[in-house]
Amino acid sequence: MYVIIAGGGKVGWNLARELIGKGNEVTLLENRRSRYLTIEQELEHAVQYGDATELWVLERAGVQRADLVIAVTGDDEDNILICQVAKQKYLCERIIARVNNPRNRQWFELLGVQPCVSATDLILRLIEHEVPSYGLVHLLDLRDEQLEIIEVEVVETAPAAGRMVSEVTLPEGSLIISVLRGGTGFVPTPETVIEAGDEVLLVLDPGLEEAITAHFAPAP
Amino acid sequence: MFVVIAGAGRVGSAVARFALAAGHDVSVLDEDPLSHERLDAGQSTSWEDAGGRFTVGTAIEIEALTEAGIAEADLFIASTNGDNTNLVIAQIARKRFEVPRVITRVMDPGRATWYAEQGLETISPTKVAIEMFKEALGPEAR
Repeated sequence: MYVIIAGGGKVGWNLARELIGKGNEVTLLENRRSRYLTIEQELEHAVQYGDATELWVLERAGVQRADLVIAVTGDDEDNILICQVAKQKYLCERIIARVNNPRNRQWFELLGVQPCVSATDLILRLIEHEVPSYGLVHLLDLRDEQLEIIEVEVVETAPAAGRMVSEVTLPEGSLIISVLRGGTGFVPTPETVIEAGDEVLLVLDPGLEEAITAHFAPAP
Repeated sequence: MFVVIAGAGRVGSAVARFALAAGHDVSVLDEDPLSHERLDAGQSTSWEDAGGRFTVGTAIEIEALTEAGIAEADLFIASTNGDNTNLVIAQIARKRFEVPRVITRVMDPGRATWYAEQGLETISPTKVAIEMFKEALGPEAR
């Protein structure tokens, strides 16, 4: 696979090293001269000096034959532009963009720059996962399909604790798909009784999280 | 007409003052509070007293754009000092806020040409300068 990476910061340089190690052909683009020279000592011809938002720099790197363009500069506008141009002008099929400020994620989506990755969002997800008091974990967001899968731990005081699945009136657009109990998971029937301590997996339309936690892990 | 201008540098501030003098409603957005001075320079009244609006904020932030009044704008001008910022906020103005007319300043002729082909109204001072220099070289040079 031929991969172009825009931005030779920590993320870009390490990505380049890993992808080369996996046998891919990589060109890393870096527009700070001193940074470029540092990287060049290790990556040699796999790094090029230039501003990846300049069309001729992308063309010099061979964007027309790239299988994947990854934009990981520290500037969200630059990342949007690089991916937009790669996808729409040079018809590169796969792009990945880094979101520096999570508040800009909406603009990546608005302008068709998908998928995009935000380290801040990833760490927030980890916090959700690691801090149990948060109650609810996002396991999967299917943005295009407008669905998400969440995991929630049933607390002692939950209205759903001790009730059968059929007795729990969940909001429309949500469904229990699995129950994890004592280290194993199973698909519940309408007669399955939900117990405190269970971890319940649900699929739901985005925005129903609060209505769901009210059943399984209401705020004290 | 209500004009929102993002970026009050030499170009943005001059266009803003011209638009206000021509009787339009003008709102200027810039991340640097000091850029306000360019709007006042050489004027007998302050920018606000003359009827202008000024918002301090980063042009890609939705709160800043909203505060500057982009939702009501008839014309949005993207004239910050960053080509990529201008190209991104111009598309936001069109797609998100459905501003009827959006004009984008793009220094790089390459990006200006391609985005113009995609339907953005772009002005490239660099392109204009190149054409003027070509003109100055005279017909024998062409």
